[in-house]
Amino acid sequence: MNDTASPRPTDDMVDVLIIGSGASGAAVAWSLADTRMRILCLEQGDWVKPTDYPTNGRDWEARRFGDADILPNRRGLKADYPVNDDNSIMKVANYNAVGGATVHYTAHFPRMHPSDFKVKTLDGVADDWPLDYWTLEPYFAENDRMMGVAGLAGDPSYPPHTPTMPPVPLGRTGTRYAQATNKLGWHWWPSEIAINTVEYDGRAACINLGNCTPGCAQGAKASVDITYWPAAIRAGVELRANCRVREILTNEHGMASGVVYYDPTGVERFQPAEVVILAANGVGTPRLLLNSASGRFPKGLANASDLVGRNLMLHPWPMVSGYCDEEMDGDRAPQTVMWGKEFYETDRSRGFVRGYTLQYSRGTGPVNEAVSSMVAGRLPWGKDHHRVYRTLYHRRLQIGIACEDLPEAHNRVTLDPVLKDSHGIPAPKIDYTLSDNTKAMMEHGIARATQILEAAGAKNISCSRSVLNYPGHLLGTARMGLDPERSVVNEWGRCHDVRNLFIVDGSIWVTSGGVNPTSTIQALALYIADQMKQRLANLFD
Amino acid sequence: MPEGLEQGLPPRESDDLRRLAGIMVPASIEYRLPGADDPAIFADIVASLGRDRAAVLQALAELRQIAGEGFAAMQDAAAEAAAMTLLGRQGPVVVALGRAVLQCYYRDPRVHRALGREPRPPFPLGHKLEQGDWSLLEAQKGRARMWRDVDNAGV
Repeated sequence: MNDTASPRPTDDMVDVLIIGSGASGAAVAWSLADTRMRILCLEQGDWVKPTDYPTNGRDWEARRFGDADILPNRRGLKADYPVNDDNSIMKVANYNAVGGATVHYTAHFPRMHPSDFKVKTLDGVADDWPLDYWTLEPYFAENDRMMGVAGLAGDPSYPPHTPTMPPVPLGRTGTRYAQATNKLGWHWWPSEIAINTVEYDGRAACINLGNCTPGCAQGAKASVDITYWPAAIRAGVELRANCRVREILTNEHGMASGVVYYDPTGVERFQPAEVVILAANGVGTPRLLLNSASGRFPKGLANASDLVGRNLMLHPWPMVSGYCDEEMDGDRAPQTVMWGKEFYETDRSRGFVRGYTLQYSRGTGPVNEAVSSMVAGRLPWGKDHHRVYRTLYHRRLQIGIACEDLPEAHNRVTLDPVLKDSHGIPAPKIDYTLSDNTKAMMEHGIARATQILEAAGAKNISCSRSVLNYPGHLLGTARMGLDPERSVVNEWGRCHDVRNLFIVDGSIWVTSGGVNPTSTIQALALYIADQMKQRLANLFD
Repeated sequence: MPEGLEQGLPPRESDDLRRLAGIMVPASIEYRLPGADDPAIFADIVASLGRDRAAVLQALAELRQIAGEGFAAMQDAAAEAAAMTLLGRQGPVVVALGRAVLQCYYRDPRVHRALGREPRPPFPLGHKLEQGDWSLLEAQKGRARMWRDVDNAGV
């Protein structure tokens, strides 16, 4: 029985309803498919055809400032919802389509490190996760097989594991970085990247289109619309695109009864379900839980702890750029080439706890070089424009500093009192500031990246502190834990307050690590699916 | 210039923007480059304003405040001085103006050829990427384990 009486049409009951078709939604759908349950995924965006990706056209760079921008507020497409991020130095990046942000990600695919799950025990800050690296290890491996990961075994910064295909070439840029980093005696290793360096699982090898974001026209980048989803759909999962969920309803037992959503024609419908799984990312998921407040759950669904929306972590990501005296291979190869873990693990003598990954990137195309250099004040207007541009074009080295930001309750997602999406659903509001620990970490990383670029012979080195890279890593807003008063979901993703409601996206992260999160998000989703399958007889006990 | 493309801006704003674009990115004999006021490039700029159109109009309004009426017909030195005053301002309006000009200028086939670049989309031909010097990895292979052994934490 629903808690609201309404004439809205009701669809046929499903066993499992998944909200969101991105990295985690796709993985959990595929894994649960072997139960033969009736599984439905509702996705607010559409399928995107590879022929529509920007690299099919000569305007490929300009579209990154338009319909293919990473920021929904700039993109403003029909599938997008607005985000009030005025009170945040970090802007929210996402993508609303089948495949979610994996359509737009760089596919840099590091795992979390073992220490990332035990930050309280090791470093005395935040909280430990209720599970560890070794619990997830088989799911990391399974996910690697499903996505296809290029890389090289033997990295001393990780426990042993073997990527599924050879690494992306170093090229000129990677060679220059490697020489410089060796000179300093610091760690580097070829990145693990979910991009095919050989044909893999029916998908073609990378041909170096040079612009992995947004969307790979070659199909070499492992976005889940071409990895998990075809397999899940073949196994019987139904995916309905262009369907936006408004709220989750509950019954008199305090269980989720289904969702109210808008179908592609705009008709409001009720979809009943035995189990609801949220996979809508670290902003979309708390937004939906808060929008599902009712008489039974006045603070929002699954929010007895008052932690829904809190502890938002976004990975502050300064970018340090420099320019060398010869042509590199920017925009003619995958953007990321290698990682550096020299400063990943805690060393308190540095003045902060936790650490960061150095992400070594290639340069960019002619438009992006011009625009970003204009914004940075490197590229003048007028008579000297062309001369200066020739010292920049295809000469860029760029190192990103992937900082771990620790959870803080005041960094949060709430509902904006005014802003709404095109269906009239309240939009999320973001409040986010950088902690002193994060600022110290950023400065340390900027200084070290500068040293590397200097050792590489780069000049004109700079880094903005006010305009950071926005990686779209949306984490921590419905965190997992054993204590219902200090967490939203339990150690296998089930909401403490609603026993048939699960969360599998980045919301459930306890801490953020200093790595791109997709690999770990998907491993967690596969783990939770396995836990559900093992408990099917008493899933709600 | 194809007829109608300038309908994206009123005539006065179009004239001002064209003059301004030619100052921002001037033609160059030395580099064999057109300016951003070149007919084809400028038509592309106007047709591609898209999400930046309102900001560009705002920038042009600020330019009129600086230069007074008739910027498009001003003497070169005065026009350049007014343009540089505008372009020296910080903020999203000037960034949007710059982006609107640069995103079209740096996709023009003549500009690409002058940069030694084939004017084509990345797909389907892609690019060649050399392997680079993998011998540099030897220096890393002998390193001791770096990841922290959680099982021994606190011991």
